Amino acid sequence: MAVSAQSLQPSRAGILSLIWRSSLGKKYVMAITGLGLFIFVIAHMLGNLQIYLGTDKINTYAETLKSTPALLWTVRIVLLVIVILHIIAGIQLALANRRARPQAYSNKKVVASTLADRTMLISGLIILAFIVFHLSHFTLGFVNPQYLHYVDSMGRHDVRRMMIIGFSNPFVSVFYIVSMGLLLLHLSHGVSSCFQSLGLRSTRTIGFFDKLAKVSALLVFLGNCSIPLAILAGILK
Amino acid sequence: MNLTLRVWRQKNADTPGKFVEYRANNISPDMSFLEMLDVVNEELIKRGEEQIAFDHDCREGICGSCGLVINGRAHGPLAATTTCQLHMRTFKDGDTIAVEPWRARPFPVIKDLVVDRNAFDRIIQSGGYISVSTGGAPDGNAIPIPKDDADKAMDAAQCIGCGACVAACKNASAMLFVAAKVSHLSLLPQGKIEQDRRVLNMVTRMDEEGFGNCTNIGSCEAVCPKQITLDNIARMNRLYMEALFKGILS
Ligand code: HEM
Ligand code: FES
Repeated sequence: MAVSAQSLQPSRAGILSLIWRSSLGKKYVMAITGLGLFIFVIAHMLGNLQIYLGTDKINTYAETLKSTPALLWTVRIVLLVIVILHIIAGIQLALANRRARPQAYSNKKVVASTLADRTMLISGLIILAFIVFHLSHFTLGFVNPQYLHYVDSMGRHDVRRMMIIGFSNPFVSVFYIVSMGLLLLHLSHGVSSCFQSLGLRSTRTIGFFDKLAKVSALLVFLGNCSIPLAILAGILK
Repeated sequence: MNLTLRVWRQKNADTPGKFVEYRANNISPDMSFLEMLDVVNEELIKRGEEQIAFDHDCREGICGSCGLVINGRAHGPLAATTTCQLHMRTFKDGDTIAVEPWRARPFPVIKDLVVDRNAFDRIIQSGGYISVSTGGAPDGNAIPIPKDDADKAMDAAQCIGCGACVAACKNASAMLFVAAKVSHLSLLPQGKIEQDRRVLNMVTRMDEEGFGNCTNIGSCEAVCPKQITLDNIARMNRLYMEALFKGILS
């Protein structure tokens, strides 16, 4: 439903639809879903770092998640919805941006821009490919159905063994590490950007948010990559 | 100074344009960029060729007519400077300088370096005003305004609507322009009254004109001759969200 620029009092339905139809509204969707995914990424990493605490800790953690299906499925469905919203909004915004400049400049000077902010769509799309592979790999067991049948001494799913065997394949590990590099790039712009989209950043606080983005993106990269690297180096076995 | 110019020549919006090389000889370093183009045009007239069309009016940095992309940067290499205030001493003898128009779908080329910026006027018409009956000028201090708000409003009101923000943005977004207008009016008591309707309508118009979406990079802020900051965009993001909430809940 179109809200004419001239109409003085847009209808309630018209206003509601602006959340998705307007540039600013879609950026709110982008920012909120991006922030949600970022929080998930941190939680997911902290969970997996328990692999360093021994077989019992990580397998108990996995067992706990699976033994509360209501919570597990709520989180899964919420994540699925926000990832879909993030991707559709991201692609639509990027296409609109491309349409807005049909004729390129001859030698455009890059002003105040970084590699990260210019590559958000491509880093995002490769992260999407990674997410699909990652789920097929460890959650759905498409890559190696054996993975889901490993059992530890207490009869639980042996997640630790699955990770160690999975990452012993150097090709798999390299793909994970490269994807984490792209996530590093994506988050180093995204985590500061989303506060600006929500109107929460200012000249006074931009330094803080830019640092927060870079530091947290780097920690996510190091934390996640340490696992395949430790396995390839034989530290975790 | 002797310079080589690579100037974008385009007959009209429907004809593809191209770069054409010109010599600019005996240029004084004290000339402005526009005066240098005047010299080149005089030469073209003498030779019976078509002059380079470019936009200008005040030539003192206040009207916002004179935008050119010079060596890939809107308004040239200096910060806080319009093209008309850019002097040739910024360049070196023997330099080659590329000159292009603002490039954005909502700013179609009229001719050469002149683009149609009526999209900005239509955005202003959609809400960039306050509705009051005019009469005698009111007493300047009749409505007390906190100094902080007045300063922020005045900073935003510096915007001359030149369009450099759109030209510099990788997404051809007009957010800095619209945010400056929204901020300038909504920070003041006279403009607060219509703040929700204003921000909703101006953003709707901005989208309908086909400008891109802000990705929070700050190229606009860096090239803005009036140094309008991203704070204004953050404020517009807040005001728009507030207007959406009020509209949905009311
Ligand atoms: C783990 C997965 C992901 C996380 C944690 C994440 C995080 C973020 C964050 C925090 C933002 C900033 C939002 C804003 O600018 O206001 C963002 C922006 C963006 N994301 Fe993602 N994202 C992820 C996956 C993806 C995927 C799969 C795509 C694929 C299309 C994608 C494409 C984009 C785009 C195009 C932007 C907008 C860039 C901009 O406005 O500068 N992201 N992301
Ligand atoms: S000609 Fe008026 S601002 Fe440059």
